[in-house]
Amino acid sequence: MAKNDVATNRKCVIIGGSAGSLKVLLHLIPKIDKTIDLPVIIILHRANDAQSSLEQLLGDHTQLKVKEAEDKETLMPGVIYLAPPNYHLLVERAGTLSLDCSEKVQFSRPSIDVSFQSAAEVFGRRLLGIILSGANSDGTVGLAAIQECGGLVAIQNPRNADMPTMPVSALEAIDPDYIVNDNQIADIINKFGSA
Amino acid sequence: MINDEELDLLLHDILEIYGYDFTDYAKASIKRRVNRLFTLDRFPSFAEFRFRLRNDETYLHRFIEQITVNVTEMFRDPGFYAGLREHVLPILATYPFIRIWHAGCSTGEEVYSMAILLKEANLLHKSILYATDINPQVVKQAARGVFPMAHMKQYSENYIHSGGRNDFSSYYTAGNDKVVFDEQLKKHMVFSTHNLAAESSFNEFQLIVCRNVLIYFERALQEKVFKLFDQSLDKLGFLALGSKESLRLSPAVAKFVQIDKEKIWRKMM
Repeated sequence: MAKNDVATNRKCVIIGGSAGSLKVLLHLIPKIDKTIDLPVIIILHRANDAQSSLEQLLGDHTQLKVKEAEDKETLMPGVIYLAPPNYHLLVERAGTLSLDCSEKVQFSRPSIDVSFQSAAEVFGRRLLGIILSGANSDGTVGLAAIQECGGLVAIQNPRNADMPTMPVSALEAIDPDYIVNDNQIADIINKFGSA
Repeated sequence: MINDEELDLLLHDILEIYGYDFTDYAKASIKRRVNRLFTLDRFPSFAEFRFRLRNDETYLHRFIEQITVNVTEMFRDPGFYAGLREHVLPILATYPFIRIWHAGCSTGEEVYSMAILLKEANLLHKSILYATDINPQVVKQAARGVFPMAHMKQYSENYIHSGGRNDFSSYYTAGNDKVVFDEQLKKHMVFSTHNLAAESSFNEFQLIVCRNVLIYFERALQEKVFKLFDQSLDKLGFLALGSKESLRLSPAVAKFVQIDKEKIWRKMM
């Protein structure tokens, strides 16, 4: 099965964040290379009813295309995808995205764990997973899955995070490849993209 | 955990033995559901899980109940219901008789919402709502019209945001922790099992509502279902999808016009 997979030769970056991570994203997104040759997926917890202007907000800070992920669309390099509020976002073997509105996982939908796990299975060692600030422990299980599948993992330094709970939870469970401050994250992404 | 090859084996077993076709469901999503059940029911190995599914038909029913997603609410996405009130009901009102199909109705919350909408537009008396789902258990539940009291506050807020002006609690009778919806609403509903992946059209409708069902299907199966809906819609009938679903990428889109920023399309030919 693996031989025919569109995603097999592609790399991907996936970022999970909750409370306190919007600020970090606004800081790092302008610094991502505009020629970067991989898709970036962002799973951010946010209010259900907010008609999301996040797409526009982040889009104003980069020349890369920023869009809310649509069901069954194919991941394209140089595009930043946002998980829509109130749906889980999954990566399919074919390198496409699926939405899923099943039960919340650890009180979260989108769940960072769910997206990280599915991306880990598809991209294996060609995946970089990053956990940012947050006030819960979503993402820990997913980050462990990325590491187990051979991917790289980075965690925001808890002392640098507005809400350290999420990075601390991840650090307790895994030994990451990078512990980073908000101003170092874009470098890691760019390095991963050009390696 | 079950891997991709094991998942394929399982889904082919189920197709061969029971005729339920899950092979064109979106893989990442169904794999997650199957693994969840595998863990929940504490099978020591994949072989035992497979054996149980192959040999115990009652367990197949549990499988179907647990694999399909039944997250729903009344007046879910209130803006969608406001769109129905504004753009669709005035046109349905011109028909002598209104047939609506809720495909993938789950536990029925959206069917009762639609009946309330029709009642308020004075159309319920000439309407029939056909509500179907692959999962017999949820169809049974939907037909009872009994819902948890704990959800009513949220549903009432949704109802108001959809443009509802009545007292939402006038549509049900409250018990201890449950509420029973008005018999008058139920009288216009027909419940049945129906498998979108395998069965054909069973009537012609002026409106088909299928929300947050297609996201669980692969493209090819989505296409098949769009064809089925096209065949089942009157000319000038309406198709309503979930907030993240679209006809846009389907060839069928050529026959339809999107009539609102909410996901409502009208069949033009």
